[in-house]
Formats: sequence, structure tokens, C-alpha cells
Amino acid sequence: MMLSKNLTQSLLRYTSNGAITKNASSRGFHTSKVLLAGGPSTPINYPSLEIPNAGETQKMNLFQAINNAMDISLRTDEKACVFGEDVGFGGVFRCSVDLRNKYGAKRVFNTPLCEQGIAGFAIGLAAQGATAIAEIQFADYIFPAFDQIVNEAAKYRYRSGGQFDCGSLTFRSPYGAVGHGGHYHSQSPESYFAQTPGLKVVMPATPIEAKGLLLASIRDKNPVVFFEPKLLYRSAVEDVPIGDYEIELGRARIVQEGSDLTLVGWGAQMKVLMQAAQMAKEKLGLSIELIDLRTILPWDVECVEKSVKKTGRLIISHEAPKTGGWAAEISSAIQERCFLHLESPIQRVCGYDTPFPLIFEKFYLPDHLKNFEAIKKSINY
Amino acid sequence: MNSLRHFASKVRFTPSTSTLLNRSFKPTTSFNRNFSSAVVEEDDKYEVTNQLEFQTLKHYIPVYTVMNQEGEVNPPSADPNFSKDEVTKMYKMMLTLNTMDNILYDVQRQGRISFYMTSFGEEAIHIGSAAALDLKDTVFAQYRESGVLMWRGFSIEQIVNQCCSNEFDLGKGRQMPVHYGSKEINVQTISSPLTTQLPQAVGAAYAQKLMGEKACTIVYFGEGAASEGDFHAAMNFAATLQSPTIFFCRNNKWAISTPSHEQYRGDGIAGRGPNGYGIATIRVDGNDIWAVYNATKKAREMAVEQGQPVLIEAMTYRVGHHSTSDDSSRYRTLEEINFWKEKRNPMHRLRQYMLKRNWWTEDQDKEVVSSVRSQVRESLMRAEKQKKPAISELFTDVYDVPTKNLLEQKAELFEHLKLYPDEYPIDQYAQDK
Ligand SMILES: Cc1ncc(C[n+]2csc(CCOP(=O)(O)OP(=O)(O)O)c2C)c(N)n1
Repeated sequence: MMLSKNLTQSLLRYTSNGAITKNASSRGFHTSKVLLAGGPSTPINYPSLEIPNAGETQKMNLFQAINNAMDISLRTDEKACVFGEDVGFGGVFRCSVDLRNKYGAKRVFNTPLCEQGIAGFAIGLAAQGATAIAEIQFADYIFPAFDQIVNEAAKYRYRSGGQFDCGSLTFRSPYGAVGHGGHYHSQSPESYFAQTPGLKVVMPATPIEAKGLLLASIRDKNPVVFFEPKLLYRSAVEDVPIGDYEIELGRARIVQEGSDLTLVGWGAQMKVLMQAAQMAKEKLGLSIELIDLRTILPWDVECVEKSVKKTGRLIISHEAPKTGGWAAEISSAIQERCFLHLESPIQRVCGYDTPFPLIFEKFYLPDHLKNFEAIKKSINY
Repeated sequence: MNSLRHFASKVRFTPSTSTLLNRSFKPTTSFNRNFSSAVVEEDDKYEVTNQLEFQTLKHYIPVYTVMNQEGEVNPPSADPNFSKDEVTKMYKMMLTLNTMDNILYDVQRQGRISFYMTSFGEEAIHIGSAAALDLKDTVFAQYRESGVLMWRGFSIEQIVNQCCSNEFDLGKGRQMPVHYGSKEINVQTISSPLTTQLPQAVGAAYAQKLMGEKACTIVYFGEGAASEGDFHAAMNFAATLQSPTIFFCRNNKWAISTPSHEQYRGDGIAGRGPNGYGIATIRVDGNDIWAVYNATKKAREMAVEQGQPVLIEAMTYRVGHHSTSDDSSRYRTLEEINFWKEKRNPMHRLRQYMLKRNWWTEDQDKEVVSSVRSQVRESLMRAEKQKKPAISELFTDVYDVPTKNLLEQKAELFEHLKLYPDEYPIDQYAQDK
């Protein structure tokens, strides 16, 4: 079920999420404070993705959209299980809230505190024919599971000559900056996984897409690592179709068409890039084509290629450190395909090559201003 | 709560099987490497049976406890007999920790610091174990051990500076609050990824032994963290390499929302020690400061004198929320919390002990609380006024010397800040020196 182009009747709203409230019920794990340089004063109009024949909708934030997708999976697939650390009571980000009550503790359950265990268990469950929806509490804590995911899940089919697979397996994990997460509640580890043949890596940017992409990931016949932008769990709100729909993996979304420069990102960075594109329009009269990759592996090279052949300019932006980040892969693939079309060097606007630093977060992040400067530099080249 | 049913009052470490049975490997302070007969004797240590019988858990390791809720020590010989001044210092530190936690928790709720974790209910573990150690002993902590740092000399001022990420934070504001670390008090910097510190502690202790130091390494962790693979790696390395490590498990019954019965089956964390890994083990009442002290002191002796690892499982309860991001009313009852707060309160026990000896009055409690309150408040006011570390510190300490890409990125950032001086809170940060 693919999207048509950018239909802008409905808009994604970012609620104000600046204040830490005293109300205990609104606590979320390290998501409460968000300060983007130049942020709240500029409203960001981010077009909602149109889902064809979607039917009835409901206002949902991103964690509710994730919850809704898992609810549909558990309802439509009786072999589906949702598990991980603290998943039973609803998860530290409330993504699995009420699911244990609805589907029972056999299918929605806590595991002991052990990521390599969660991953290995999930692989076995999937290899034996069940559907595994495993949560790793934070993307920063996925590394104990790295061996199981990279050496096992990713090679399961290949090494058996196609006899066995663990394709009915999805790892969900919250990733990215939130304003106060420091080293270990902020990282974006997508490129570590994106260099692993056999995996798919997906990173949604909006509630509507989070739901459709998660349903597609769960039903995909390959193991998927699904990183959720925890910054947006509460703050991004959309009218999400309540029915069952999928968004095809491996397809980028042109969020905004443009003719002067192509700006590529994914996940929570899309909001930042939209802000930069709006700034470029207001201040420089530029028309930016904004692409959300959505699937990091396999990524939609044709979509980006086509766009760059049109605009002649490309900037890629992600929160993860620049060196060895996924922007490098995109940059080199596009350079191979579009060399004669390029009007300026491809730029990467990324995190610096340091650990993620708590008190320096505002300086570390590839914010809209750094992207705006990169746009200027590209145009003036 | 079941697990607290069996009490014992002698410091008795359940001996490891290797000490009992492995005749060729006598524990000594040297590194044992006896190649000759190990493999041949391997099977000799097993009895033979013709009974087809699967073994199941029959005996739980008892909980060592010596002081009851009324502050009475039984047997009296188990009283470590500290002087009035020493006991006062211990009690005051427990109260200080508790009072500071109360304030910093509220301060976080007001948005003045970004995060906090309290140690409510675990005060006796911190002070009892820390008091049994030497400053030469290296500490690897999880995060809920602030009292251990305080006992070693980490001040309220230092704690508050770290929580405010100002330029006086030894960690240069790079980590979330409560991730302390200080070379001066020999506490390695805390890291959020759980259990990673366990095998590291085993390596540190091995290095101490290698270098002939009369010291050991203690590593603290929760019963939840003990489910990670690193726990197994650490215990097995410590046993086979005879590394003088004290594994100190704070079993506070909850890992965020996950109760301990969903974390493990069998005889808890202690049960894994003697039979599983061949590590001498004790289970103690973590809310009894003398039990914790006696056990840790003995453990240190065994580690330092005999060069062997030891496991302590301290049974306690996490009275507070997991952290300021958590609301524990979603998964546990108030009655449960109150039971531990009222019936098993570690501070109450020591207070009773002191009251009996006329070493303390209830009024003094109020004095300490109010003096700590003003200390914390004043530290906080000062800390909030301090600058954050210089922006250039973003790029230091990644390597010993910044690499070229880092220098380039630093220059890029400073050029960018010149273009947008008002868009970034530059004046909140210290000037570059
Ligand atoms: C590798 C890893 N996985 C998950 C987490 C998230 N997390 C932080 S604390 C915690 C619970 C730890 O419980 P326990 O070890 O029992 O210590 P307690 O908090 O009860 O003192 C979890 C799951 C983490 N920090 N690191």
C-alpha cells in the first residue's frame, strides 16, 4: 500500500512538551524536556501521510500508534508475542499498555533483564513459526544483543541454504536525542545494523507512518530492527487511521517536493529538516525537496537518485556521528549514480564524532540552523 | 518477603565447592596454576549413584541478620562495637543520604535538575558495606550507591555539581545525574548500561592481585542486573582466575516494574554462588547495618588474604520509585512499600540501637535533617549559578589527544556559533581557558 504524493490537507502537530509536569501520570522515561534551538517559536507544518481508503481515524501520539499496531498484530495473528523488559505493565514508554490485559500474560510478558536473551529467544520463537515482537528498552542497550542480531538473526536463512528463517521477528527500540539523555539514552545506532546484510532497518517519523511501517515490519519475512524516535512518542500527534494498513518497506517518502536542493533524513530528524527547509524558503526563497528515507536498509536509492538528478544538490542529515554514519553510504551511492548532475559537493550534517554529550546536546545536534547553513553553502558553491 | 523467613546470626559464608572438594587447588594468595592432575581428578570429586533422581532445590541459603527492628543485637558478640562517635557518624550519614535524596527528588520534579535516583530503604547497605572497606579498595557501582561515595568523602557539593552538570562536575557535565565517579575516592565512573561493571571489576581486582596490593575490588549491582550475561562472565572469570572481587548484590525486589520472581527462579542470586560458580557466598539482611558490615568485612578479609572472590546478596527493598522517570504506583501497592518503610526500616534499627545507649535523641534527628536541608539547598543555589563546562570540552577526552576530524568539527562549530550567537545559550557555558 504505497502513498501517493504529498497531500497536505492534514498536518502533523507537535504538542508543546517543554515543561516537566508534577503530574506523575505524565512521566515518561527521559522524554519530558525538549528544547530545540529556535524551536517553539516557529510552528512546523509537517504534512501527514495520506493513507488511501483508511477509514475512521483517531488522534494518537506516536507511542499510541505503536501500541495500536501491536494491538492489531496480536489480534490478527494468534501466534504473535510481545515481550521485553518491563513490557508487561505497559513498558517504560507506555507502548505496550493494556496489551497484557487484552491478550494474556502468555503472549505479552516481561523477560528477565537480558538483551542477548531477548534477542536469542525472539530468534528461536520466530524460527519455530511464532511471531516475535521484541522490545529493547533503549537503543543504547541493544549492544548486548548485537551478536544475536548480527551473527544469528541476519544470517539465519542464508546459512541454512534457505531451509530455516527467523523472518517473523521484529526488534523495536526507542532511539535518539531527547534533550537530557546523555551518553546512554540518546544514541542512534542505525548504521551499525545497516551494514548487516539480512536485516532490515526501519525508522519512522510520524505516528501514521510508525503504525503502518511497524505492521509491515512485523509481517515482513525478514528480521527487522525498528528504531522509534522517543522524542516524538508524546509530542507528535496525528489523526491515525484505526484500521489495519501497512506502508511498504524500502520506500522513501517525498515529504515535500522541491526543485533547488534535496534534503534527506529519517526519524525525528525530519522535523528538524522541515524547519530548515521552511527557513530556506522564507529567507532565501529556495524550494527544497524533503525526503524521509523511512527504511534505512534496504534504502530507496532510486527515489533519492531521481530527486538529485532534478535538483543537482544533496544534503543528508542524521543525529549519529558523521564518520561511518549512514549519510556516508547515501553520499557515495548518489555520487556514483549522479556525478554529472551534481552542482555542488554532497554534504553531511550530522552529530560530531564524539559520544553523545548531555550538557552539550544543543551544540552537538545537527539542528535546523546547521542544516540551513549547509543549504546556503550548497547553493552558493 | 518469604526469603527473609530463615535467619541466621553467624557470619558464615557458604563454602564454594572448589574449596571443599578440589584438593589440588588449595586457595592461596598466589595464582594457582597446577597443570598436572586437574583433568584426571575432575571426575573424582563426584559421588556415584545408581538412583535415577533429578536434583531440585532443597535448602535456601539463610539470611544472616544480627540486629532486630528494636536495635537489639543477637548474639551480642556480633556487635562490631564501634565507638559512639563512629556509630553517630554512620547514622548521620544514612540520614544525610536520605534527606539529600528527598530534596533532590523534589528538585528534579521542579525541573531544576534533569533526572535523579533515590536510595530510600537501602541506606544500611551503602554505609554498612562502605565502612568495612579501605580506600585502597576499588569501587565499581551501578547507580544506587550514593551513600558509598559519601562515606568515602564525596561531598554534597560534589553530588549537586554533578546533578547540575556544571563546570565543577568531575565528569564535565557529559553524563546524566547520579553518574558519579572520582579518582580521589577510588570510585570508577558509573555507566548506565547495566552489569558492564561486573567483568570490569574482576579485571581490576586481578590487576590488584597481580601488583601485590593488599586490596580488593567491590562491585555493586541490582538483582535485575544479575540477569545479564555479563553477570555470568564476571562470576566465572572471578572463580577460575581467582580474582579478589567482592560481588555485592542489592536485592531490592524490583527492577523498574519487574518483580524479582520474574527475574529469576531458584535460590536468588546467592544460590548461584557456591554450587554454580564455586564462589563463597553469604546472604545478608540488607536493612541490618551490622549484618552488612560484618559480612563485608569478612568478605574483604577473604578477598585480600586468600585472594578469592566472594558473593554477598543483601536482601532489601526499593522504597522509592525506580527513578524520577518512573511512577511505581502503576505496578506495586502502597501497603507493600509501607511494610518495608515501617517494619523493616534500616535507619530506624540503628536509631533504636543508639537510643538504647543514650547516644542519640529524637531531637538530634531533626537537627541533622534541618542542617542537611540547608546544606543541600545552599549547594544547589551555588551549583545552579555556576557555568556549564566550556563548550570546547565537547571534543576533549574522546581520545587522549583530539584527532584531526575532531579539531575540524570543533572549528566548524565555533564558526557556526559566531553566525548565531543568540540562538545558543553560549553565555551559560564557561569561557575557554
Ligand atoms: C543493558 C541495560 N538494559 C536496560 C537498562 C535499563 N534499566 C536501567 S535500570 C533497570 C533496572 C535495574 O534493576 P536492578 O538491577 O534490580 O537495580 P535497581 O534499580 O533495582 O537498584 C533497567 C532495566 C540499562 N540501563 N542497561
